[in-house]
Amino acid sequence: MNNLIRLGGEGAKLVDADPWMLALTLPEDSTALLILSLSDWLARQPEAVLRAEQISADAVCLQPDDEAEQLEPYLAVLPLIAVHFPTFRDGRGYSQAYLLRTRLGWQGELRAVGDVLRDQLSHMRQCGFDAFAVREDKSAEDALKGLAGMSVLYGRSAIEPRPLFRRRDTL
Amino acid sequence: MYHYDEYDRALVTERVAQFRDQVARRLSGELSEEEFLPLRLQNGLYLQRHAYMLRVAIPYGTLSANQLRTLASIARDFDRGYGHFTTRQNIQYNWIELERVPDILERLAQVDMHAIQTSGNCVRNISTDAFAGVAADEVLDPRPLAEILRQWSTVNPEFLYLPRKFKIALCSATEDRAAVMMHDIGLYLYRDTNGEMLFDVMVGGGLGRTPILSQPIRRALPWRHLLSYVEAVLRVYNRHGRRDNKYKARIKILVKALGIEAFASEVDAEWEHIKDGLAELTEAEFSRVAANFVPPAYLPQPATDLGYGTALAQDAQFTRWVQRNTHAHKVPGYVSVTLSTKPGGDIPPGDVTAEQMEQVADLAERFGFGEVRVAHEQNLVLPDIAKADLYCFWQAVCDAGLATANIGLLTDVIACPGGDYCSLANAKSIPVAQAIQHRFADQTLLQDLGEISLNISGCMNACGHHHIGNIGILGVDKNGSEWYQFTIGGAQGKQSALGKVIGPAFSAAEVPDVIAHLADVYREQRIESERFVDTVARVGLEPFKARVYQREEASA
Ligand code: HEM
Ligand code: SF4
Repeated sequence: MNNLIRLGGEGAKLVDADPWMLALTLPEDSTALLILSLSDWLARQPEAVLRAEQISADAVCLQPDDEAEQLEPYLAVLPLIAVHFPTFRDGRGYSQAYLLRTRLGWQGELRAVGDVLRDQLSHMRQCGFDAFAVREDKSAEDALKGLAGMSVLYGRSAIEPRPLFRRRDTL
Repeated sequence: MYHYDEYDRALVTERVAQFRDQVARRLSGELSEEEFLPLRLQNGLYLQRHAYMLRVAIPYGTLSANQLRTLASIARDFDRGYGHFTTRQNIQYNWIELERVPDILERLAQVDMHAIQTSGNCVRNISTDAFAGVAADEVLDPRPLAEILRQWSTVNPEFLYLPRKFKIALCSATEDRAAVMMHDIGLYLYRDTNGEMLFDVMVGGGLGRTPILSQPIRRALPWRHLLSYVEAVLRVYNRHGRRDNKYKARIKILVKALGIEAFASEVDAEWEHIKDGLAELTEAEFSRVAANFVPPAYLPQPATDLGYGTALAQDAQFTRWVQRNTHAHKVPGYVSVTLSTKPGGDIPPGDVTAEQMEQVADLAERFGFGEVRVAHEQNLVLPDIAKADLYCFWQAVCDAGLATANIGLLTDVIACPGGDYCSLANAKSIPVAQAIQHRFADQTLLQDLGEISLNISGCMNACGHHHIGNIGILGVDKNGSEWYQFTIGGAQGKQSALGKVIGPAFSAAEVPDVIAHLADVYREQRIESERFVDTVARVGLEPFKARVYQREEASA
């Protein structure tokens, strides 16, 4: 995918050559690495992947109507999970990310795709996303500025499980 | 009241900088209006018919005198010299320029205020009883937990793009003065016999085009679980609330579709995962916040004050005002006073000028402890006035034009901005409110009618809460002209009820007559000191309908 930002050890970086292609409708034939809708992903996997015995060659993309829990049996064999924001105003992806990280224990890459914009990146980061495929007509470099957000978070998040009241006097 | 520490201050300051940048990007065209819209809404900025409107948060309706002075300065420097207090205890400015909003927000931040989440599909301002902390019938003070909830819900990253707006109200007095049952989550706070703070949690209330009163979802929730339980409700709602139709997107529709039992079991399943974790509130946090709400240094008052007694005996106008506009206080010798923003004339309900705000701030310092409240009936409250000072205080309030003795009476109209400002309106509300106030200006008649709540909304979004007014007026559009539909029998509080439609709508000119007919039927039918709403409940709609429509036919 183009326009990708990924968090890493030394902070956030623009990714030059990302091998994955988002394919919410299954292409006829493609040699790229595909990120598929959940139903396409399930249909395309060999038995061994579905039994969680073999790593999948495909990544999966949760859409807002999907439940994060549906991925639970496959977490060990998924190379990457994407969460699709058809519009940035649809906030279901935040709960999906939160659940994947805190409840289901997903540790691999969690990538926001779709209507991914600068002004929501910090919220996405706090809910556990670590990769952001910024909408293609926008500058990813510019979007990087949105990643930090504000220094204070009252509640808790996927990356900070303690609400502020448990951190307040630790300064 | 709550005082910001360095975290709270950092958050509002950074938020101003963030929004300043977003406004600049909007003005340069870098952000499209579509991309900017939710950002500006979450900073309180609406586009109305003529200009932008900015809604400033007044958390649970509490202000310091100094904050009120800042609100006055904003009215003067950035608007047309007045502000409008709303039914959700906030203030709105109606004539705002986009370019100047960051400067307004900066000025607010200097006095620990903001406009965060006063609009948009997120958790809104937490509201409570305007008499919180001082009411004689209060079981315990709801403000510390309201503040804790305010903080938790502010810029909570998972819940900023909910299906629709989300309103939470708390109440911990015998009488519910916070309209708890028309909120998405309503919280009744009390103590059990061991002194433990508990909540009865209600869910799924809301007005709008499908008015629904909330239903109990959990009894006796220990206070430590407040945040985790609200989080569970919000997560279930965020995941499963409808997003295909904005009129069916409130949590009330989800609760209704699933049924309260099924909804509650979804919430419980979610809550099971999080309730005992780090979200659990601590004693230390409660004490930290509660320390901001310790009662002020009340002075011991004489059991009876001679001057006060004399004034009551000699000044009938003062006596009437005391009867209507004061509220029983916890501390002997004190009362809470409601300043009416509804004198009638050409002043829209809820509108207060910059000068008046400054006068009220001065009064709060001179006679009280520097605190002011906003009531959801759009009036202002000074919570702590000694009876011994009351006569002198009243004279000053008269000078400020805020001493109309009509609290709870027919002319204490609750009205939304309506067609004069709002682009969603079917009809104007303010002129209708004014016509009614004019018609019922006669004090004797008004006092005789007693308690009647009258609520006006300019369209079915119900910002004026017309469904829960004893008399509700709704602006409707018939072939491009403005009409008004009446409901009667609505009520708020623990006996909340939705009003029933009496029949076809009326023109604006007919509205005061319709009210007069309703008032006549009430006076004929009432038994002793029965209130209007009780008479409606007892005799039903028929006698009212018969009079209102019979007269209309006769005159037609
Ligand atoms: C003039 C700009 C305003 C606009 C565009 C506006 C818009 C709306 C809309 C669209 C709704 C319905 C939401 C829904 O049902 O999901 C609503 C509800 C509401 N508004 Fe406003 N409003 C405005 C001003 C006000 C004012 C001035 C007040 C207070 C006096 C207010 C208080 C409320 C309340 C309490 C509700 C909630 C009713 C409920 O629970 O459904 N609004 N508003
Ligand atoms: S009720 Fe309708 S007309 Fe009145 S403020 Fe709300 S949206 Fe506007």
